[in-house]
Amino acid sequence: MTTPRPPPESGGGRQTGRGGTNQVEKIMELINQHTKQIMEGCKERARAAGLSFTDETLEYLVTNRDLLELSPKVMIPTLYDYWVHDVEVLREKGKYELYPGNPYETVINTRPPISFYNDNNPDWLNVMIFYHVLAHIDFFQNNLYFRNTWDYDFTGQALSDKRVIAKLRAEKGRWVDYVIEFARGIDNLVDFHGELSGLFTTSEAGYSDRLNYYFDVFLQSVKKVSISDYIKEVNRYNVCLKNFGEQAEKTFFGEATQRYPELETHFSKMEDARPKTSRDLLGFLLDNSGFLNRDENTWMKSILEIVRKTSIFFQPQIRTKILNEGWASYWHENLFLQDDRIKGHEVDFARVHAGVTAMPRVGMNPYALGMRLFTNIEDQADKGRYSFVFQRLADSAARKDFDTGVANGRDFIFKVRENLCDYLFIKNYLDQDFLDRHKLFVAGKRLDQQRMVWQYYVKSRKADDYRQMALDSLYHPPAIRVDMSKGIDGSLYLVHSFEGKQLVREYIANTMMGIEYLWGGPVYLETSEAGAVHGQALSARRDEPQEGEIRWQRVVYTMNEKVLSKKAL
Amino acid sequence: MRNDLKTYLEELKAHGLSPEREARMRDELATADNGHGLPPDLSLDDDLSGFNRSIYAFGDLLALRQAVSPQYSVAGLMKSLDELLERDRQREQDGFPRKIRVGRLAKPGRGGKGKVVIVPTTVEEKLFHDSTIKPPDDGGVSGGTGEGEQGEVIGEQPVRGEGEQSATGHGQGEGEKHEMESSAYELGRTLTEKFQLPNLKEKGKKRSFTRYTYDLTDKHRGFGQVLDKKATLRKIVETNIALGNIPDVADIDPTRFLIAPRDKVYRILSREKDYEPQALVFFLRDYSGSMAGLVTDLVVTQHVLIYSWLLYQYGGQVESRFILHDTEAREVPDFYSYYNSRVAGGTQVSRAYHMVNEIVAKESLANDYNIYVFHGTDGDDWDEGGEKAIPELRQMLTYASRVGVTIAEHGQTGSTEVARYLDDSGLLSDKPELIRMDIMQEDADEPRLIEGIKKLIS
Repeated sequence: MTTPRPPPESGGGRQTGRGGTNQVEKIMELINQHTKQIMEGCKERARAAGLSFTDETLEYLVTNRDLLELSPKVMIPTLYDYWVHDVEVLREKGKYELYPGNPYETVINTRPPISFYNDNNPDWLNVMIFYHVLAHIDFFQNNLYFRNTWDYDFTGQALSDKRVIAKLRAEKGRWVDYVIEFARGIDNLVDFHGELSGLFTTSEAGYSDRLNYYFDVFLQSVKKVSISDYIKEVNRYNVCLKNFGEQAEKTFFGEATQRYPELETHFSKMEDARPKTSRDLLGFLLDNSGFLNRDENTWMKSILEIVRKTSIFFQPQIRTKILNEGWASYWHENLFLQDDRIKGHEVDFARVHAGVTAMPRVGMNPYALGMRLFTNIEDQADKGRYSFVFQRLADSAARKDFDTGVANGRDFIFKVRENLCDYLFIKNYLDQDFLDRHKLFVAGKRLDQQRMVWQYYVKSRKADDYRQMALDSLYHPPAIRVDMSKGIDGSLYLVHSFEGKQLVREYIANTMMGIEYLWGGPVYLETSEAGAVHGQALSARRDEPQEGEIRWQRVVYTMNEKVLSKKAL
Repeated sequence: MRNDLKTYLEELKAHGLSPEREARMRDELATADNGHGLPPDLSLDDDLSGFNRSIYAFGDLLALRQAVSPQYSVAGLMKSLDELLERDRQREQDGFPRKIRVGRLAKPGRGGKGKVVIVPTTVEEKLFHDSTIKPPDDGGVSGGTGEGEQGEVIGEQPVRGEGEQSATGHGQGEGEKHEMESSAYELGRTLTEKFQLPNLKEKGKKRSFTRYTYDLTDKHRGFGQVLDKKATLRKIVETNIALGNIPDVADIDPTRFLIAPRDKVYRILSREKDYEPQALVFFLRDYSGSMAGLVTDLVVTQHVLIYSWLLYQYGGQVESRFILHDTEAREVPDFYSYYNSRVAGGTQVSRAYHMVNEIVAKESLANDYNIYVFHGTDGDDWDEGGEKAIPELRQMLTYASRVGVTIAEHGQTGSTEVARYLDDSGLLSDKPELIRMDIMQEDADEPRLIEGIKKLIS
C-alpha cells in the first residue's frame, strides 16, 4: 500500500502567532507513517462500503496547547486574528445560540480535509476515530447543504483573509477590530438558504419575471382570457421560442404589447408593489450602505466580506449536527466491527462507543439520536415501509410484519445523507414507531412550589411532541429582514418576523449600535416582546402565583447616535 | 418563631402601616418557614445534568477521546486581562461601551479559602432568540429515554439558592466548567489598578505590619537559657556510640558517659515575627424573603470585590466574618454558606448590627483591628424608623474604620426604609468618613458595581 505523505509545510498546518505580526511560527506535527497507513487502510474499507471522499487527507497531532489556540478559531488554523479569540469566553446562557460551531471538532471541511488527534491513542481507537472522521468527510463532500464549500479550500481562503486583516490592522489599528466586531454582530443574518438556492438554480430553469407575470397574473386575473385563448398564447410563445431562439421573448412581447398596450404599466406597477426586502443584512450593507461606500471607508467592506464568507462557510455545519454526527457514528460502528485488523478490541470499542452513543436518561445527544435514526431508516427502508401502501396501513399487526423485502435501505440512507438537514431529518423520520422502539419521551422540568424542588417528569411520549421539542432545540437564527420601503431619510428599517420567541433584550443595544455604525444612519428594528410584567421584582419571587400567559407586544427599537429608544406599535 | 413574627407584625400594624407595606411584610412572613438551607452539592455526573445541554455542546474531539477540555492557566489569563482592560479603556475613549467584564462571578466552593472564581468575560452580542421567556415554574423540555409513564416524576433536584437562578449562575449542570480560579488577591490587584479604585489612606490607624515577640523557641548548642534535657541526652548517647563507649545498647550505664560541652542543647530566647491581621471585615447580608433574585447576586458580587480589594490593600492580612440576617442574625463560617444560603423570612436590620457590636465587644476586636462593615440589603426593614438600627449603628461607628451600606433597590419601591432612616439620622452627612451608602437598581451592571465600591470605600 502506498501512502501519499503530504508535505509538512502544507498550508493548513502552519499558523502564525497571535497578532500576526510577531513571527512565532509553529508547525503542528503530522501523524506517523504507521498510523497514516492505518488511515489509508480505513479509507479503502470505507470506500468499499460506499462512502466517497477525496483521496488526500491531512492528519495532525494536537497537544492541549494547540487546542487552546485552535478552539477559539473553530479549529481553522488560519482563521483571522481577533481579540475575542484570545479571551476565554464564559459559557453563558445562550452561548451555543451565539457560537453554535463547536470549538472541538475533530475534522474540518477543507481541501484536503484536516483532522486532529492526540498522539497517544492506541491503534484500535484510532481506527474507530478514523472511520468517524471519514464519514464526516464523506458527509461534507456529499451533503448538498455543503454545496457552497465544495469549490475551494477554506484554510487557503482564510489564510489570505487573515493577511488582509493583518495588513489593514497595520494601517487602521483598532478600528479594524471594531468593524470586525460589528460585522460579527450580524453574521447570523446572512441568508444562507438564499445563498444556497442561487447555487442550485440553473439559468435555463428560470423564466423572466415579465413572462411569469404575463402568463400567471395578467392573462388569468387581469384580462381573464378564456382557456383556449390562453393556450393559444402559450403556443405562440413556443413557436417564437422555436423560430427566434434568444430573441424569442422580445418578439413575443412585441406582439403582446400591441394587443395589450397597458401591459407594461401593469407590470411595472406590480413590480413596485412587491415588497423589496433582503434577509441578508450583511450583504445588504455591503451593497447599499452609504457609509461603507464612501471612499475613505471602502476598506471596511473587505472585512465585512470576510466575516460574511466565514459565517456562510460554517452555516451548513450548524444545520446538520445530528445528521452529521449520526452518520459518522453509524459508520464508525459498522466499519469498525467489520475491520479485521483490530480483532480483540471489541470490548474496548464497546465501552467507548457506548460512552459516545448512549441515549441519556434526560437530555439530547446528537450522536445517539442521529445514529439510531439512521439505523432505523435503513431498517424501515429495507422493509419497504417508506411507501404509500405502508402509510395507508392502519392495522398495527400488519404494520408490524410489513416487509416487502426490497432491501434497499443502504441506498436510502445515502440519499438521506445527501439531501437533508437536521430539520428535515427530524421532521421526516422521527415517528411514533421510532419513539416507542427506543423508549423516547419528552422530559419536562417543573417547579414543585411546596417542596422547592425541580421535578423532572415524563411529559409526553407522543411523536409530535418529541419532534417539536427536538426541532425547537435546533439552531435557528431570527428571521430579520431589511424592509426597503420603510426606511425613510437614509434610515434602515429591520423587521423581525416573530416566531414565538423574543430577541435577547440586553444584546439589542450593542448589536444595533454596530449596525448603525456600518449603515451610517439611524436604524430601526421592529420586533415582538413579552409585555411588561407587572411588578417584576415581586414576580421573581417564586412563591408568587404566576400568570401562565405571556402577552406579546409589537415594538420598534430605534438606534440613533448610539442612543437606543423603544416604543410600542 | 412564626408566631413571634406575627405578633410583631400586629404590633407594627397597631402603630400604623400602609397596606402596601403590610402586604410586602406578609409576603416575607410567608417565606419564614422555608428556612435558609444550603443547596446540596450538585454532582456533575448526575443523571439529570444533561437536561439543559445543547446538542451543539457535543464535540468529536472531546467525545471520541473521552478527554476533558483544556484549561487556561491563571498566569496567562491575568496577563491577557491586562491587555484586554487596556483595550477596553480605549474603546470607551472611542465612544463605544466597554465590553470586558471582570470578576463577574463569585461562587467559591466549600473550603476553597481565599479563592474566588474570576472570569473575565465578554459576549459577542447578536440578535438571537431568547428561550428563557416562559412561566417561571416551567423549567423547559428536553429529550429523555427509558421507562416511565406519562406524567411520572423521574427525578428531583432541589431548587438551588438564589445564586443559581441568576444569569451568572455557573455550570448549571453543563458538565463542563470553564472557569478560572485565581486568588482574591489577584482580583484585588486588578481592581485597584485597572478600575482606579482608591488606595487606602488611613495610614494613621494602620498598625505596624509585623511586631516582634521573644520566645524560647530556638535551640542552641553549648549555652543558652534553659537546658533541653531530652535533646541533650540524645546528643550524649550519639556521641558515646560514636566513641564506642556503649558496648551494649540494651544495658546502658549513664555513669560511664563522656559528656562534651557541645552536647548540651539549650533553648535560647529569640526574636519572633508575629504577624498580626490588619483588617477585619464584617460582611452582612440580608437574606430575608424579599431578597430573592438579582439583588442578592449584586450584593454578594460586590462583597467579593470589596473583599478582594481589601485583601490586596492589606497585603493579604484580612480576616473576614460573615453574618446573615432576616429577623434574626446568624454568623456563618465561610463565604460559601454566606453566598448560597437561601432567602426567606422577614427583615430586621438592627439584629445584624447588634451582632456585630456584640462580637466586637466580646472578642475585644476594636483594639487590634481596622474594622470594616459592609452591609448589603434591598432596603427593606420592618423596623421602619430605624429606631433599633440607628443606635446600633452609632455604636458601631465608634470603632469601625468604615461602614458601607449597599442598597439594591427593586425598582418599584421608591425610597426604601433603610435609605430613609439613614438619611434622616444625619449620620451620612455627619460622619462621611465613617459611613457611606450606595443605592443602585437591581439591574445594575458591573461598572456600576465598581462605581459603588469606589463610593463605599473612597
